Amino acid sequence: MRKLLLIPAIGICLAAPGFAAAEDTITIGMTVSQTGPLNVDSVAQLRGAEFWRDEVNAAGGIKAGNKRYKVRFVTYDDQSVGGRVQQLYTRLIVQDKAQFLFGPYSSGLTATAAVISEQYGKIMLIGGGAEPKTYQLGNKYLFQCITIADYYLSGAIQALKEKNPHAKVAFVYSDDPFSKAVVAAAHKQAVDAGFTIALEESYAPSTTDFSPIINKIISSGADAFLGGGHYPDGATLARQLYDQKAGLKYVAILVAPDSPKFTTLGPAALGVTVPSQWEPQVKYKPDFGPTPEQFAKETFAKTKVEADYHTASGYITGLLLQHAIEQAGSIDPEKVKAALDKTDVTTFFGHDQFSTDPKSHGMQIGHQMVLAQWQMKNGKLEKEMVWPDAAKTADLNYPLH
Amino acid sequence: MADALRRPFFWIIGLAIAAFAGAPLGHDVELRESLLLAAVYITLASNLNMMLGYAGYVNFGSIVFFGLGGYFCVYFMGTLGWGLLPSVLVGGVAVSVLALLFGLGILRLRGIHFALATIGVNEAVMAFVTNFQPWGGSTGIYLSTGLFQPLGGPAQALWTVYYLLVAIMGLSLYLSYFVKSSKFGMGLLAIGQNEDAAAVLGVPAPRYKALAYSASAFLPAIAGGLYFFKGAFIQPADAFDLTLSTEAIVITMLGGQGTIFGPALGAYLYEELRGWLLTSQTFANFQLVVAGALLLVIVLFAPGGLMGLFYRRWPRLRRILE
Amino acid sequence: MIGLLASILDGVLVGAVYGLAAMGITLIWGVMHVVNLTHGAMIVAGMFAVYLFVGATGMPAYAALAPVIVGGFLAGVALYWVAIHRMIGQPPLMSLLATFSVNLVLIGLGTDVWGTVLFNVPVSLPGFSLGRYTFPGTHLMAAALTAVIAGALYFFLYRTRAGKAVRAVAGNREAAELVGIPTTRILALSCGLGVALACVSGALIATLFPFTVLSGDAYQLKSFVVTVLGGMGNPTGALVAGVALGLLEGVATPFMPVSWTLVIEFVLFVVVLIAFPGGLLSVRLRRGRKPG
Repeated sequence: MRKLLLIPAIGICLAAPGFAAAEDTITIGMTVSQTGPLNVDSVAQLRGAEFWRDEVNAAGGIKAGNKRYKVRFVTYDDQSVGGRVQQLYTRLIVQDKAQFLFGPYSSGLTATAAVISEQYGKIMLIGGGAEPKTYQLGNKYLFQCITIADYYLSGAIQALKEKNPHAKVAFVYSDDPFSKAVVAAAHKQAVDAGFTIALEESYAPSTTDFSPIINKIISSGADAFLGGGHYPDGATLARQLYDQKAGLKYVAILVAPDSPKFTTLGPAALGVTVPSQWEPQVKYKPDFGPTPEQFAKETFAKTKVEADYHTASGYITGLLLQHAIEQAGSIDPEKVKAALDKTDVTTFFGHDQFSTDPKSHGMQIGHQMVLAQWQMKNGKLEKEMVWPDAAKTADLNYPLH
Repeated sequence: MADALRRPFFWIIGLAIAAFAGAPLGHDVELRESLLLAAVYITLASNLNMMLGYAGYVNFGSIVFFGLGGYFCVYFMGTLGWGLLPSVLVGGVAVSVLALLFGLGILRLRGIHFALATIGVNEAVMAFVTNFQPWGGSTGIYLSTGLFQPLGGPAQALWTVYYLLVAIMGLSLYLSYFVKSSKFGMGLLAIGQNEDAAAVLGVPAPRYKALAYSASAFLPAIAGGLYFFKGAFIQPADAFDLTLSTEAIVITMLGGQGTIFGPALGAYLYEELRGWLLTSQTFANFQLVVAGALLLVIVLFAPGGLMGLFYRRWPRLRRILE
Repeated sequence: MIGLLASILDGVLVGAVYGLAAMGITLIWGVMHVVNLTHGAMIVAGMFAVYLFVGATGMPAYAALAPVIVGGFLAGVALYWVAIHRMIGQPPLMSLLATFSVNLVLIGLGTDVWGTVLFNVPVSLPGFSLGRYTFPGTHLMAAALTAVIAGALYFFLYRTRAGKAVRAVAGNREAAELVGIPTTRILALSCGLGVALACVSGALIATLFPFTVLSGDAYQLKSFVVTVLGGMGNPTGALVAGVALGLLEGVATPFMPVSWTLVIEFVLFVVVLIAFPGGLLSVRLRRGRKPG
């Protein structure tokens, strides 16, 4: 690695006068929800991507054949609004001349962005859109780096089954593409596991008053809760479930509990489980790139915030793009697409492989999820991995009450 | 009517349409995207003008026509497999019929009650569509990229949609123009001045109002169909976003309610401003502040809008513009 | 059965606060025939006032109510002089647009300063348990405070001279002017009261649910629905209608997905506007319908 660094270093020195004009850069465009309800998770994802960019540039850039390209981001705030996403991605492609795109955060926004990237034939890597439907509409240039929504709750259901094979579950979820896809699949998995479904209901994503629905949960006699949506509603649900003493033995909430911010809920956070794309304690052995431990340590050192799976998702989109460009030896879109199609690697994030079936092109078929739970460790709230058995760092705390 | 054809403004509208169609020269995608939004705004504002500017009825929920038109079109194309033109046309007619039905109910209200009712209609429709599974509920409907193939692939389709939207914009301007120079238009203006007096003088107010309401729904519905087809995606939150209605009102007032050139001018200026604010880091959220401040200034000091100011300064303009 | 009861009771508690918010709109409309479209922004202002107060002083949230009321009153008077004064007597469209534009400006500024992130005012009060159901202490407190504030308003309107003047102006402005009531000042006063009500209801809502700068719109719509149901210009009606709406939500939720309640509310809203322009209460109080 060091020797390779010397070449561009000398080259840069020699080319210094023409440096500003001649440096080769790749422009990657994306929108970030700097404002709006998706803000917490979206910014975490951006942090991961920026961390990757900074590492790559510090190492001299991405190597494509015998050229090195520095990475340059162009980002806009989509305000968590689908309409803006389309306008901004069009602008990224048409005005800012982005060569590659990263998806926004959340399945809903990803779907709208994907329309634009496909219309203009640009490669887009996605770290924040788990809903599978987006990849089943006949695309050519989408690449999903994270596990699809269908598997989000399978771990939670398996873990629950081991403790209580006759659980009565309440599915209460946000009415958005991602959560709907998760629960649609989880419903079948719950039935297969032998659970009774005591309640299944969705709420408007902007809901802030969950007491009517929590009363319904209590009335239904459910002892397990599975659902949620993204950060604001997930966090509020956790708090109100606790305030109203819903008496549940098992609570699995999507997305929200994975954020380090979740600890601000205090006692309401204890015992809540969350399906996760990645946790710092995973033990994957990477083919390239950092190990899970290194990634967790370095991100914390650089950003002063604990890495959650959104940060990891942001990083992996960059890492996989880099790998594909290096394999292709060029930044030509068709060659990079071919390299991405061939991807079958293990990194700190886990195993990643993209579907090449035209009916589901780009869908992630290699990656697995884990289940984490907030537990008390030495008087502090810590996230432990409780499933799968092969990877866990602590036993599942059950029942909660 | 024939007189209307001879007036210079008729040709000015034609010129504007040609300018919109020709400016991007078939390959400047950036310009096309910004002009497309301007065309949508002009369509919405011009049609809103019929109720607001002519008849004096504030339609706060005018976006409901745009959204429903979008839903009908996307549904017909995505789920029923129809082509683009039949989808937008049937959608437009369907929305006009619905508008007539809604109108029959709410047009007997006046002033603020009418305005509130239009908001109520928009919110009720949005809440309903959010629960309506055949239309995708809150998730909405996604169109597969394959639907662009009959139009020659995505790149070509985007141009076709643009030209169609420019045509709709043109039709909106012409519609406003011909209505204004017709007996129907005069009746509307009379209603706007004093509805009771107009009724006494023989203007069939309820019928005219219903007609205006329904007519002002048709072209926005088609525009909605085209717009959401282009985005290949529609969901309730975007389709029935009151912000767009709001902006249409601001634009109409800004340009000059009751005039034809006014909404067009206002829409164009507003769209340019908005495009700039969209990506400016400091001002990303200032869009509404600016809109609000503009509106306040106009309402307080210049209720005739920009056109009002121009006419006062250069009265001769009245002979050329409308 | 207890579930239904719990649902209804909780709905009534929260509905009372909505009623309080609606009283703000109805008061301003009744006195000066202006629809205050800055209502939503004022509710949000109340929410943020509590949040900032608690953050700055560390005192319990309820201590913020007094400064919020005073601040809201002053803001309302300012609003009157800035946007409404010139509009009195003009076509209603203008005053509508005037307050509407101020709303846009305020919400836009708010979004710029605070973004659209979710804010939370932490309030912990012991709840009241009925079997397996708990009524959060915050809901009970909010309803109690609403009753107190509404009571204070009635006292003002019906037991003080100023209140009588307000009612006089609401009844017939010219006649009030003739008997020597300084109507312009009364109009400003009423505007102040209306906005104060909006702010304090916002403050109470902040103790119940998390909020963002954009929450104001949703609560403004709810306030309008309640106002229309109760009859525009009728403060009693507003409070009753608020409770009734809360009751409706409480009754409906156990039986249908929560998302349908919104549809029902808005359809009811439009129907009442068309068929009962004097509000639902007017159906009982009057024999025939008032024309127009």
